Amino acid sequence: MKIKLKIWRQESPDSKGGLVDYELDGVSKEMSFLEMLDYLNTTLIERGEEPVAFEHDCREGICGCCSLFINGRPHGVGAEITTCELRMTAFENGNTIVIEPWRAKAFPVIRDLIVDRSAFEKIMQAGGFISANAGAAPEANSIPIPKELADEAFDAAACLGCGACVAACPNASAMLFVSAKISQLALLPQGEVETKRRARDMIAKMDELGFGACSNIGACEAECPKGIEISHIARLNRAFVASAF
Amino acid sequence: MSTFLGASIGRKLIVAVSGLFLILFLAVHLVVNLTLLAGQETYNMVAHWMGTNPAVSVIQPVLTVGLLVHIGYSAYVSLSNWRARPQPYYWSDPAGGSTWASRNMLLLGGLILAFLVLHISSFSIRVKLGDAPMADIGGVMTKDLYAMVTARFELGWYVLTYVVAMFFLGLHLAHGFHSGIQTLGLSDGTWRNRWVLLGTGYSIVIAAGYMLLPIYFFLRTHSG
Ligand code: SF4
Ligand code: FES
Repeated sequence: MKIKLKIWRQESPDSKGGLVDYELDGVSKEMSFLEMLDYLNTTLIERGEEPVAFEHDCREGICGCCSLFINGRPHGVGAEITTCELRMTAFENGNTIVIEPWRAKAFPVIRDLIVDRSAFEKIMQAGGFISANAGAAPEANSIPIPKELADEAFDAAACLGCGACVAACPNASAMLFVSAKISQLALLPQGEVETKRRARDMIAKMDELGFGACSNIGACEAECPKGIEISHIARLNRAFVASAF
Repeated sequence: MSTFLGASIGRKLIVAVSGLFLILFLAVHLVVNLTLLAGQETYNMVAHWMGTNPAVSVIQPVLTVGLLVHIGYSAYVSLSNWRARPQPYYWSDPAGGSTWASRNMLLLGGLILAFLVLHISSFSIRVKLGDAPMADIGGVMTKDLYAMVTARFELGWYVLTYVVAMFFLGLHLAHGFHSGIQTLGLSDGTWRNRWVLLGTGYSIVIAAGYMLLPIYFFLRTHSG
């Protein structure tokens, strides 16, 4: 099939970018979305043009690299999928596809569709860890943990750090990401002890880096490829309130 | 404490607490309004009692401060949120998962504020400055607020503005109620939907309750 593309091109962080139109013939429904971009890049290289820079790694929904804003939504259409899991079956012959990078002050564009997401690492370095030296891996059953808590912590730990929550949020807030990291640690006995400090420090870093404040809109949850729920944000808020005492 | 209230969540806590306080006040205000239905004498008595009650004179400044804090902090948080996305998307599709009201709280708040200015200037200030008709209740001369209010409710443009403003208020509350609860951390996976339901129900009751009076008095005068 033949599709039209509108892709954000930007040479460097400081240069002025813009949407560029492409027409791509010979796209098959069997392609994944990223294969379609690979195919576009092959044709661009053959024509002697610069290929479109986009980020990808695992191509199986576990690394969180493939951050593309497709037709107005992070990771495109479809619930709980990353861009690499998006197939061209989602599109029809003649469709126009608009591809933009994540838009947030804290995620500056490096080139074309690639943004710098190291702000997330900085938030983690500010508090997303356990400071006790845990030694070698302990015997798994020595600290019993209720199944429901283990499940909830595990669900939170599924967060990829992809940044779709920030991209989807009208406030460019990182609260869903931060709350997933808080829950993943706060629900388990080893992480629980430092919850207050962790919440305070991670929030302070998040603010400093220029992410917005959550106004409980819920767009993050709707677009998160791992189904992280905003009830984690409520837990983060509780931890933050507790940190005042 | 300064790092606490200076943090984004701290500022939102201020918006949430002041907002929830105003939400409660709306219910009290509505109950007072509904005594209009009980007739001229009852309403004037209640109004007179309100005007002379020392508790009311304490609550009034608290309310004013609550309102100003709510407006000030919401505006501040919203403006810093705009700065968090300097470059907008070419195409942004809010898809599922978020309501129109949740994305437009500042706009709704502004519209409600505009109505509030009209409301206060057309009613409260007139009462305060003594520029109101008088009525005789059981031998005591008091301001005939009933006559003032019902006269307003005969004006088509005023009733229409009032009803539209209450519609916006309902939308603002429908998001504000559960949003405030969530910011205070009082929600979880189980309670979330209950809060949303409760908040929606409350907003409908409040909005419909306020709309009822102008519509009722307008129809009563204009239907013969
Ligand atoms: S919370 Fe979801 S959307 Fe946000 S970074 Fe984690 S996986 Fe991505
Ligand atoms: S490329 Fe790893 S999640 Fe998409």
